[in-house]
Amino acid sequence: MVEHRRFGNLLPHIVLLIGVAIVAFPVYLAVIGSTHNDVVISNGQMPLYPGSHGIETYWKTIVSGTGKTTREPVGSMLISSLIMAVGIAVGKIAISIISAYAVVFFSFPFRMTTFWIIFVTLMLPVEVRIFPTYKIASDLHLLDSYSGLILPLIASATATLLFRQFFMTIPKELVEASKMDGAGPIRFFFDTLLPLSMTNIAALFVILFIYGWNQYLWPLLITTRDDMQTIVIGIKKIIDVKDALTEWSVAMATAVLAMLPPVAVVVLMQRLFVKGLIETEK
Amino acid sequence: MENRAIFSGRLLAPLLVLPQLAVSLIFFYWPAAQALWQSFLVQDAFGLSTEFVWLENYVALLKTPEYYHSIGVTFVFSTLVVAFSLAIGLLLAVMANRNIKGVQIYRTFLIIPYAVAPAVASVLFIFMFQPGLGMIARALQRAGIDWNPVLNGNHAMILVVIAAVWNQISYNFLFFLAGLQAIPKSVIEAAAIDGARPWRRFWTIVFPLLSPTTFFLIVVNITYAFFNTLGIIDTATEGGPNAATQTLVYKVFQDGKAGADLGSSAAQSVILMIIVIVLTAVQFRYVEKKVHY
Amino acid sequence: MALRQFGAAAAVTTALAFAASPAHAVTEIQWWHAMTGPNNDVVVKLANDFNATQSDYKIVPSYKGSYPDTLNAGIAAFRAGNAPGIMQVFEVGTATMMSAKGAIKPVFELMKEQGETFDPQSYLPAITGYYSTAKGDMLSFPFNSSSMVMWVNLDALKKADIPEPPKTWPEVFADAKKLHATSPTCGFSSSWVTWGFIEQFNAWHNQPIGTKANGLDGFDTVLEFNSPLETKLLENLVELQKDKSYDYSGRTNTGEGRFTSGECPLYMSSSAFYPNVKANAKFTYTAVPMPYFPDVAGAPQNSIIGGASLWVMGGKSAEEYKGIAKFFTFLSDTDRQVYLHEVSGYLPITKAAYEKTKESGFYDKNPILEVPLKELTNKPPTENSRGLRFGGMVQMRDVWSEEIEAALGGKKSAKEALDAAVSRGNQMLRQFERTAAK
Repeated sequence: MVEHRRFGNLLPHIVLLIGVAIVAFPVYLAVIGSTHNDVVISNGQMPLYPGSHGIETYWKTIVSGTGKTTREPVGSMLISSLIMAVGIAVGKIAISIISAYAVVFFSFPFRMTTFWIIFVTLMLPVEVRIFPTYKIASDLHLLDSYSGLILPLIASATATLLFRQFFMTIPKELVEASKMDGAGPIRFFFDTLLPLSMTNIAALFVILFIYGWNQYLWPLLITTRDDMQTIVIGIKKIIDVKDALTEWSVAMATAVLAMLPPVAVVVLMQRLFVKGLIETEK
Repeated sequence: MENRAIFSGRLLAPLLVLPQLAVSLIFFYWPAAQALWQSFLVQDAFGLSTEFVWLENYVALLKTPEYYHSIGVTFVFSTLVVAFSLAIGLLLAVMANRNIKGVQIYRTFLIIPYAVAPAVASVLFIFMFQPGLGMIARALQRAGIDWNPVLNGNHAMILVVIAAVWNQISYNFLFFLAGLQAIPKSVIEAAAIDGARPWRRFWTIVFPLLSPTTFFLIVVNITYAFFNTLGIIDTATEGGPNAATQTLVYKVFQDGKAGADLGSSAAQSVILMIIVIVLTAVQFRYVEKKVHY
Repeated sequence: MALRQFGAAAAVTTALAFAASPAHAVTEIQWWHAMTGPNNDVVVKLANDFNATQSDYKIVPSYKGSYPDTLNAGIAAFRAGNAPGIMQVFEVGTATMMSAKGAIKPVFELMKEQGETFDPQSYLPAITGYYSTAKGDMLSFPFNSSSMVMWVNLDALKKADIPEPPKTWPEVFADAKKLHATSPTCGFSSSWVTWGFIEQFNAWHNQPIGTKANGLDGFDTVLEFNSPLETKLLENLVELQKDKSYDYSGRTNTGEGRFTSGECPLYMSSSAFYPNVKANAKFTYTAVPMPYFPDVAGAPQNSIIGGASLWVMGGKSAEEYKGIAKFFTFLSDTDRQVYLHEVSGYLPITKAAYEKTKESGFYDKNPILEVPLKELTNKPPTENSRGLRFGGMVQMRDVWSEEIEAALGGKKSAKEALDAAVSRGNQMLRQFERTAAK
């Protein structure tokens, strides 16, 4: 601590409280929305406190489905989302860390070309090249498969860029010391670089897990099977109704359920993340 | 780029980059090349009839006033989103980096919205801002503000900017906080002993040390504002009213929808690719010179 | 390493797919649709019921997003060689679909080839007309149909001393102004702006939107709805928008809550809004036919439909076509149509189903559901009111909406906006004609 003045601590509290309020309010409203009935919500008369329809709504969302004739399998949607999100996160980290390693620590022909080839992929997310990408996924028989959901989405530069930035802050002396110990590139990677990168991997995992979890357009296009539907599509399905009552309460309950797993990941990984940061500072 | 190439692995290095290169080539470059090819064609929706037209799609595009309008919209939108989400993220990170009571709780809360999918975030904001239904829309109307994002282009822009910024704050917060915590306390303490005031200390010492993070975030945020907001715009305004929120990417999406004008849509994405690649290259070279590693 | 895992996963998936096929080959038929909520339940129930009646075919419904998203997905799938057997396409996608010879299998052809009993005369012409060629050959199978009506909050009218719901546009304008006193943020509003104010409006007044019978007779159609009549409507709306006597509620139906909450006492929207109103409105309400200008000779004519139809995709196996034909026969069953009509609020597609519902006294209890049917069958359709067939209509609706928004927002005059809507629309038509003609 540098300063110990009381006044100095008041400002952060105020700013952070406002920040939390802004950031949490929409989520709070979603939770509240899931406890009121649809008529109250649709008519714009929803109060700021919880209603009495919560249990009924969640029962309807998770167990009995939105209509009487079908079940909305929120459970299976969550599993699909989970597989996709973890697959994307692990896949991206795996291919990014090794390629960033190669780009930063090796000299090989076309090193910069390679970097730029990867870097440029940052620029064009799947939305822009959706049609041709779909065609290619189809040619490779990847439709309706988890590989099809995952593989095209692990092609992006974000993770590589982050690892590169991090690797470049690693002191040259460390590498040289390791080399003097007789470590080859593979041993250096596993013994030195990987342990040093754990916090970054954790942070990236959080980010990429969310990225994967939040995908909308690609899963919608590439899967035709209901049992591979992810929960984000499920929410849209409830909200984007035509000629029918928007079941805002069910929508908000599904939104809350869709937020729970990634929020859990964020909160749990955050501890690891902060802990890792403190330890490297010592 | 500083050359830290220390190992020479003519065999190992290419092997290490191979998976990423393969995935990039198959799922990125190949489709991008197809988009380029498509931009020279006029085709029906189902691809049953094709005519090669050279640059006609580009020429036609550059003649439409709507396209220039969309460029303006994109500029305003991206600037607002990048500026606000970075500024707010940085402010919150600096505050959360103080050793104050309950800081952990603040941090946790500030990170939570990060877990919300853009599609869901957009729905949350519709839930608040839709006239008639939304709580905030009603409050604004009671306050005498004629809040009407379905007809007022500025209101619609405000709505999508708020939703996009909200969705992005946590990300920037997270990265700034990580960056701040990586700065050795000794450096700041030394400056404090020298008598530098907190404000000055921040801009002269902390902020420059944050520059790798800031650089990374600027690139990511521009990409975010350009592309990832498509879901938000589609859900909240569908580019309207009167194209007031029709960003370049949304226009690509809208014109290519249902295969109505794939040629023009492809031409637009090619132009977009070029703009962003140039932008990034310039920024990358310029910022890299100033960034302290 | 990761790649190999994904490869293995793909291999396992493929192996499972093969292992799962039983000895008795069941032909799976993919049905892509855009139905959500309770209507999605109806789709699933129809598929399940059909699958239970026989063991040779299995209809597999999949939700593919909004109407445009579903069309998008279907087109992308076709281009990639993976089109579903049946695709639900909204009415404005009709021209896109029918121009794609080879990509689709016309329904009349399918039914004839498969020897299913199929009498085009048994369907309501106001509905099938939209999906038929100029010669009357049915191209797609109508699934969910609705029309546009004026929803009225009777309590609010009473409060504003308006004795009965408006019948004509001048009455609507006058009532909207009166209602403004009691509901200052919105006297009158609407959903589906282009469907209501351009497409329905012109059919209802027997005015052309474009030449060549609104495109039914050829792709070389030219838009011409920037008429004095259309301008008069928009000018009035622009004027009313200034003090919110009329208040715009967006391009789609997201503003419908403004009616059920009581904010907008007059609300033009789809007849399929009914279940929503029934569930949410806490006031006496009714629906009346769309207003018209009494000085237009012959008005009101008849309304046109909205909704979607089922298209059969081309290049499928004979087995699949057999199954699809049987499924359509199953859907046409009178009792099933009656049931669908009563449960979903969508219109019945066969004459028999309409008659049967009428006889059962259903409309005595639910008169609102008969309003759209009366509108559709008000007069025999003319070439202005049979339907629309404009290529690229999906985008065109967005362009028209943009221009109407520009007028309502005060950025352009009504006439300027309509002129722009027409000229930008014509550009799109020419673009479409160029690719579709070959």
